[in-house]
Amino acid sequence: MGNKEKSIVVVQLSGGNDYLNTVVPYGDDEYYDFRRTVHIEQEKVLPIDKVYGFSPYLAPIKRLYDQGKVAVINGIGYDNPNRSHFRSMDIWHTAQPDEIGTEGWLGRVIRDLDPNAENVLTGVNFGRGLPRALGVRGVPVASVGNLETYGLFPDIKDESAKKLALDAFAHMYGGVQGKDPVLNFLGQTGMDALKGADILRTAPQKYSSSIEYAANPIAQGMKSIAQVLLADFGTRVFYTQHGSFDTHSGEIVTHAKLWDEVSGAVGDFYDDMKEHGQEDEVIVMIFSEFGRRIKDNGSGTDHGSGGVAFLIGGEVKGGMYGQYPSIKEADQLEGDLHFNNDFRSTYSTIVEKWFGLDPVPIVNGQFEQFDLVNA
Amino acid sequence: MSKDVSLMAHLMRRAGFGATRNELEGYLSDGYEATVDNLLDPGESGHMPDDIIRRYHVDQSELRQLDGAGAYWLYRMLTTSNPLEEKLALFWHGLFATGYAKLNQARSLLNQIDMFRHYGFGSFRDLLVELSKDPAMILWLDNNENHKEAINENYGRELLELFSMGIGNYSEDDIKECAKAFTGWTLGNAEYMSVRASKDSIWPYGRIAWHYEYRADDHDGGEKRFLGEVGNFNGEDIVDIIVTQEATARFLSTRLFQYFASDEVDSNGELVISEMMEAYFQSEYKVSAVLRSLFNSGYFKSDKCMYSRVKGPVESVVGTVRLAGTYQEPTLDVHALWAQTMFMGQGLLAPPTVEGWHEGVEWIDSGSLVERINFAAKELSDPTKDGVKDIIRRVTSSQKDLSDPEKLVDSCLDYMGPIQVEADTREGLIEFAESQGAVQTQDGQPDESGSLQVARLIGMIASTREYQLA
Repeated sequence: MGNKEKSIVVVQLSGGNDYLNTVVPYGDDEYYDFRRTVHIEQEKVLPIDKVYGFSPYLAPIKRLYDQGKVAVINGIGYDNPNRSHFRSMDIWHTAQPDEIGTEGWLGRVIRDLDPNAENVLTGVNFGRGLPRALGVRGVPVASVGNLETYGLFPDIKDESAKKLALDAFAHMYGGVQGKDPVLNFLGQTGMDALKGADILRTAPQKYSSSIEYAANPIAQGMKSIAQVLLADFGTRVFYTQHGSFDTHSGEIVTHAKLWDEVSGAVGDFYDDMKEHGQEDEVIVMIFSEFGRRIKDNGSGTDHGSGGVAFLIGGEVKGGMYGQYPSIKEADQLEGDLHFNNDFRSTYSTIVEKWFGLDPVPIVNGQFEQFDLVNA
Repeated sequence: MSKDVSLMAHLMRRAGFGATRNELEGYLSDGYEATVDNLLDPGESGHMPDDIIRRYHVDQSELRQLDGAGAYWLYRMLTTSNPLEEKLALFWHGLFATGYAKLNQARSLLNQIDMFRHYGFGSFRDLLVELSKDPAMILWLDNNENHKEAINENYGRELLELFSMGIGNYSEDDIKECAKAFTGWTLGNAEYMSVRASKDSIWPYGRIAWHYEYRADDHDGGEKRFLGEVGNFNGEDIVDIIVTQEATARFLSTRLFQYFASDEVDSNGELVISEMMEAYFQSEYKVSAVLRSLFNSGYFKSDKCMYSRVKGPVESVVGTVRLAGTYQEPTLDVHALWAQTMFMGQGLLAPPTVEGWHEGVEWIDSGSLVERINFAAKELSDPTKDGVKDIIRRVTSSQKDLSDPEKLVDSCLDYMGPIQVEADTREGLIEFAESQGAVQTQDGQPDESGSLQVARLIGMIASTREYQLA
């Protein structure tokens, strides 16, 4: 499992990203009719064609798009859209729109990539707590809040005191296996955690790059991902998130800032990979749990349906995929965009064309795939 | 350490969230059986009053968000004078797992928890009837979609499978008949409320609390055959039949046993479960009687039962905070405390599915273990916290010689529990105590850095494998 193995970085935009102000239908007058206040001005849009263009806050992504490295998946969603953050996010995480699922799709990917759980770092989440997408029983995934301080006793600041604590911990957890299976299991798990942390913490020391990531959390998260990826620990699935994209009010300012941060981080990450000759080995996928209402509420937009996802990487065949949904009144779904491609088509594409795994059991069914990855 | 203290500490880890030495002394003066009785018949329990909470947390009046609602329940757990009331409510929350994700209705979820407080100790029959009328449950398992003309089996099925009898004790036809009997059990303005829930809409009135409504016109009053009995059953009749089943007695007793006594059921455990089933029928299905039978059993009091459960994340967080003595006053940190339960794998009020959480050793993976250890170690290694101060005071006043690391470790283990540990653990702790050097004192009492030394040792004990067990 060297660095020539393919990996994925999933960036979750939590809160519901406003599709219309991300890939903007600036050539469609109705956009400006529905979006009286919460819109991107025509002259600021970075055009893709005469009708659609990127928000100016996606400039780094536009740059990669122009190099043919960005697939824009338009109108992505699922039947009977749910506009609850939690439920809709669950649906994306478990690939189960119809019933409440128990396993995360990426957890299944990790399990199939590393069936015997030989590497505790096959999946690494950057953030606290495990997203459901990564959760499958028996599949270890490290959750890293901060790579520099990751591991046990981050609150002990004094280095020598911390060393004493870690030594004692190793003594307490790493002793001879006794009769009690639960205590043995706790001992093993504690030692795994200690080991995983020791390995992960070496990543920043091994890393050197000319790229300077911004100071915001998503940029630092992408930097950590670059460090772990380049340290060659065999990690195949990386996960992180940014938000909140739940822009019911004050959207113009907030949405701009969030995308400025996300696109800057992703652009820097791509350049970093390129500097290290790794841009063809990794795909970044950006998604959100839903899009937002077509008509604005005067200051922001409410929960909607139909959204956009992006796949970015050296081996991605750039371009527009799926249909950009019509925003005409008659074509709307309760004031929202109609989706036209199931998110599991994109998942299946990644699972089969990128990882070479059977997508059916992972995404719960057979879905038409996009031809967007160089095989 | 005395056997009585150990036993009482064990009882309080199970029937509560652990106890400070102060609390244990109070319980010990009542005695074991009287304490069991008091726990099972709490009357009005004391806790941080709602008006204080709401004055401090505006969001806990409005209850628009999950974390505020979770924080509210945490205050109850942290400050209650009857921990079993909350511990049992947490049991029902895991068994009748209803989650925020689909409901977007924190108030109705908290109403359900309050229902558990009111009915959780009483007749299992009444509890199941109330559960069937609970608006959050109705929407969670689609009983609002269960109509006379077109049944929806979701609630009927889970009532039998997950809430009362367990799979293998009824047929698919019984499920359908059960579902028919619960047609018309819905909530007021159900269509509107369910659309609002699925749209996560707070407009135009904010969250609107739900209430139960029985719609006779949507109820199937026809004849039903359920578990061999025939009649024009309504929902209550179905529950009446369910509670008389041996399978129900076994299911409930086993689940209570696993939550309060031991993750694994061995042959001795089976005997206790039989006794619990007997108590169930003798008391006409009273949960308190079943629990009394468990807590007073020889098995429960045996060494074998002690430390045979992995603490759940909520239990672990609440126990640690109660021991440290923090969160007795409102503080915005309580939201972070709720998030902490999520990081450890048990988001309060947000069970992943109707199956609830997978408990026992399944609580533990390397990520959740790191969260548990880091949280407990930080909370308990702070010598400025009242609970930690009290442990330090007891340790240092009971030890003449603070330079002996073995005695120091044993004394800390005693006043933090008592906690029993493996030899490796004890050696690791002694090594740690030794490496810190003799506790620095002034006039026989630890000075500031001496207190920190003891507190760090306390934090290290909170990091042990044994601390993960109850």
